[in-house]
Amino acid sequence: MPTIRLSEDHLVDIAELHFGYGARPILKGINLRIPRGKVVAIMGGSGSGKTTLLKLIAGQLKPGRGSVKVDGDIVHELNHDGLYRLRRKMGMLFQFGALFTDISVFDNVAFPLREQTDLPEPIIRDLVLMKLHAVGLRGAHTLMPNELSGGMARRVALARAIALDPSLIMYDEPFTGLDPISLGVIGNLIRRLNDALGATSVVVTHDIQESVKIIDYIYLTAKGEIVAQGSPQELLASSDPLVHQFFHGEPDGPSPFHYPGNNYADDLGLKAIHA
Amino acid sequence: MRDGLLDWFRLIGGKTINAVWRIGSGTRFLFLILLYSGLSFRRFGLTMRKIFFSGVLSTIIIVVSGLFVGMVLALQGYETLQVYGSEEKLGVLVALSLLRELGPVVSGLLFASRAGSAITAEIGLMKATEQLSAMDIMAVNPIGRVVAPHFWGGVISMPILATIFSAMGIFGAYLVGVVLIGVDVGAFWSQMQAAVDFRYDIVNSLIKSLVFGIAITAIATYEGFDAAPTAEGVSGATARTVVTSSLAILALDLVLTGFMLRGWN
Repeated sequence: MPTIRLSEDHLVDIAELHFGYGARPILKGINLRIPRGKVVAIMGGSGSGKTTLLKLIAGQLKPGRGSVKVDGDIVHELNHDGLYRLRRKMGMLFQFGALFTDISVFDNVAFPLREQTDLPEPIIRDLVLMKLHAVGLRGAHTLMPNELSGGMARRVALARAIALDPSLIMYDEPFTGLDPISLGVIGNLIRRLNDALGATSVVVTHDIQESVKIIDYIYLTAKGEIVAQGSPQELLASSDPLVHQFFHGEPDGPSPFHYPGNNYADDLGLKAIHA
Repeated sequence: MRDGLLDWFRLIGGKTINAVWRIGSGTRFLFLILLYSGLSFRRFGLTMRKIFFSGVLSTIIIVVSGLFVGMVLALQGYETLQVYGSEEKLGVLVALSLLRELGPVVSGLLFASRAGSAITAEIGLMKATEQLSAMDIMAVNPIGRVVAPHFWGGVISMPILATIFSAMGIFGAYLVGVVLIGVDVGAFWSQMQAAVDFRYDIVNSLIKSLVFGIAITAIATYEGFDAAPTAEGVSGATARTVVTSSLAILALDLVLTGFMLRGWN
């Protein structure tokens, strides 16, 4: 299995990470490294713990065992102030944007600048318009979030996520529910902004078509573990049955279609009839 | 029989543990609000917006309800007082009823229904749409930025609304008692002025409404923040805010009235 070279400088280093909700384990010993400057995807089926992994990187959840190291800091050991200092270096695009619905597009993008800096309003105005220009929505700065399409909302949220020029940008399912044009626009923006800002990006997704065009490296998760990793080309050509099933969208394979449950005949009461 | 009894004990035990857990969690949440309240005063504009949200937008219902409650009090009070030939005491009856009980309690119940439910729904929906998470990721504490201004906005609004309610009630009683029925205007106002004590009636009324304001907004913000991030979760939390706040107002009223009548010592 190809792996990221150990000599590379890693912004995120996850070691033996375990996490569960109550008695239900979600992540079981994840080891993962994200090199600086790269766009890395975490892929896997629904419920495989991808979003949980992002929340652990951001320090919104605490691991049961193991550690997440971001820029040299072990996230779960940081106190409140330390964690917030670290988060100022992070930006996150939520699945549906998570824009503040009571303020305009402009104020949404200005929010982190107003909260985290003492910049005068004219400079904030210029910065906000520059960020919105970068995502192609400078002309929409007066609109309210309820006047935006799904793709536009995602782009505004992206402008907000990069407002403070973060060194780590996290994307939670950025392609979900978008039309093909918006899909291409968002994908292109992820790559372009990462390179322009000199940032590192982590993209949680299961959109294969779009991701392979922009991603440097992929980690594939299943049942709370990393089951494969490599460049998009390597994983597309993989003969591993699970990787093949996932990347070619096959309904039959190691990943079962049915959620584990009782015997089908028993549930339908057929056994009792036969008896 | 034995299994049924065990199930019953299990149910009662589970509900008791849950209730104790929620009281503990709610108390901890109130401490966090107080801990992160600095921003609400450093940037008072945030709190002002919430005073508008909770207080100003509740004014109409408070004014109209106060007016009608005062009018009904005057009608009912006059009917009883005239039996004893004490119609001129109508102003005293209305003012003391409103200041000591009805003003803080009814405006508290209305505030819980109008503003408390709105606070819970707003915070709950912000949670369900990941707006609070987004804020947290941006290193902005959602308790300090969203919850505390709501809390202080409600706490500041409630005594003002209760005062408006009592004032409108007295005005409504004046309209019915003096203008409509013909009670002597001089007796109405002068007896009221002589009977109402500033510290015992007005200050105690303000204390009650302040305590109700703290209880309502603490419950409303906690329920919103603790709501499950689903449609059912937010609607359930909103309903719980109204029910819990209303019961808390009535229970607190009993305790506060007891202390106020017997003195605090």
